[in-house]
Amino acid sequence: MVEKETAFSKYMPHVVLLLGVLIIFLPVWLAFVASTWDPATISNGKLPLTPGPYFIENYKRILFSGTSSSTREPVWSMLGNSFIMAIGVAVGKIIISILSAFALVYYKFPLRRTVFWFIFITLMLPVEVRIFPTYKIVADLGMLDTYHGLIIPLIASATGTLLFRQFFMTVPDELLEASKIDAAGPFRFFKDTLVPLSMTTIAALFVIQFIYGWNQYLWPLLITTKDSMQTIVIGIRKMIVTQDALTEWQLAMATAVLALLPPVAVVIGMQKLFVKGLVETEK
Amino acid sequence: MEKRTVFSGYAIPLALLAPQLLITVIFFYLPAGQAIWQSFQLEDAFGTVSQFVGFENYKLLFERPEYFKAIGATAVFSVLVGTLSLALSLFLAVQANKALKGASFYKTLLIWPYAVAPAIAGVLWLFLFQPSMGMVARLLQQWGIPWDPLLNGNHAMILVVLAATWKQISYNFLFFLAGLQSIPHSLIEASAIDGATPLRRFWTIIFPLLSPTTFYLIVVNVVYVFFDTFGIIDAVTHGGPAGATTTLVFKVYNDGRSGGDLGSSAAQSVILMVIVIALTAIQFRYIERKVNY
Repeated sequence: MVEKETAFSKYMPHVVLLLGVLIIFLPVWLAFVASTWDPATISNGKLPLTPGPYFIENYKRILFSGTSSSTREPVWSMLGNSFIMAIGVAVGKIIISILSAFALVYYKFPLRRTVFWFIFITLMLPVEVRIFPTYKIVADLGMLDTYHGLIIPLIASATGTLLFRQFFMTVPDELLEASKIDAAGPFRFFKDTLVPLSMTTIAALFVIQFIYGWNQYLWPLLITTKDSMQTIVIGIRKMIVTQDALTEWQLAMATAVLALLPPVAVVIGMQKLFVKGLVETEK
Repeated sequence: MEKRTVFSGYAIPLALLAPQLLITVIFFYLPAGQAIWQSFQLEDAFGTVSQFVGFENYKLLFERPEYFKAIGATAVFSVLVGTLSLALSLFLAVQANKALKGASFYKTLLIWPYAVAPAIAGVLWLFLFQPSMGMVARLLQQWGIPWDPLLNGNHAMILVVLAATWKQISYNFLFFLAGLQSIPHSLIEASAIDGATPLRRFWTIIFPLLSPTTFYLIVVNVVYVFFDTFGIIDAVTHGGPAGATTTLVFKVYNDGRSGGDLGSSAAQSVILMVIVIALTAIQFRYIERKVNY
């Protein structure tokens, strides 16, 4: 810094930041602590700040047999549904958008600009504003309570196409020229040149879309009616009962911990890709 | 921008575009069109007979006090979450920028709430503020505050604001930190040589240079508060008590589902669509300006 460093100016930012980190971490820590105690300790309002002895019991119960009142579905099946949905959304979006971006950038055909805008406009309307008509279409197609019903309507978005288009624009023309000299057709060029070059973009998009798919709420809430089809984010909503005497908080908190662990692990483990994806998809 | 060298043919690009176009038409244009169509229709309770009623659904909407209440709740919610999360994350980003070497370490520790689903964030905060056994709720009650978000509308609003802010700080922090790191150090040094205090330097140099980032984040935050917070509200308060936390999106859902009033719900959807389109247009105008600098 510009001023002479004093002990105060040197350590103050760290103190403030650590305090911030602590406050942000607190709700998750307390959820974890609650998930390791028995209902009696939680309900008397004197929850300790350190984990208790019921860790294995609570997690085993919630993973394999579920809560006793609200939704009785075991959480492992909800986790499975969430994984299928998150990976389906991420992979589906990557496939359809890399193909359409390839067509938009590497082919000249009539109405190309129109097609681009046609896809581009979908950026503007989140699923929330057209929720009931979309629900009706999915119901008419017999896709309620199915995995493709959960996944396909959510991959109709322009973010991926725009991201790949942007990246393809930066790929030097010489590569295609060289590839044409080698008499390679469009598919060879796509498979051997473009896709390998796009690996980082694909990975960044995967991270962002995995989180997006995992955290979906309104859509699975509407189109899944069977307990066996619900995702973990929906499952936990059913465990929180308004008359809170019925809420088994130790189990609800264990579910919350299990629900937030996979996407948080992805963000922390793949931080560079995550930041790249976040900054580039939001542009 | 165009490629110099391209492939030719129509069949292949069409086949490549087909999956995306098909999905876009079926799950995007069709429902969006239907929402607009329905907003001009009056349906009977069974959805069998419907009649064109023009702007009747819209007119009725603005005659009901509940709709104005939802507009008010959305406004309060947006302003509180936007201001709090922007101010706190800017403050943290400035600190992290000062910490130089530690900045990326703190980044890792601060960005993960982005990955927590809104509904889960809501449940975590509900657990702390649940009136009978929540830790913070107990503390508040000991201090003589009759805390009860299940009965008191303001308390419910505070609770959802906290959860929504908590989740949004990481996103804003990331963008503010990137913005701060891109400000040339020489500018700050020059102003320090002219005798500007750190606080003055912040307000006259750093903050104005950050304004593109801030503006971008304001738009993103408004969109976040309008739509993504649905999970928080539905999981924590169900829009209650007495509609105190019923935002516009929650009302679309609630009126369409439990009320069965599809015409009115569709009219509300269309109004929301207009709002998002306006916001996105503002955002694009701003991005264009930035590109043309």
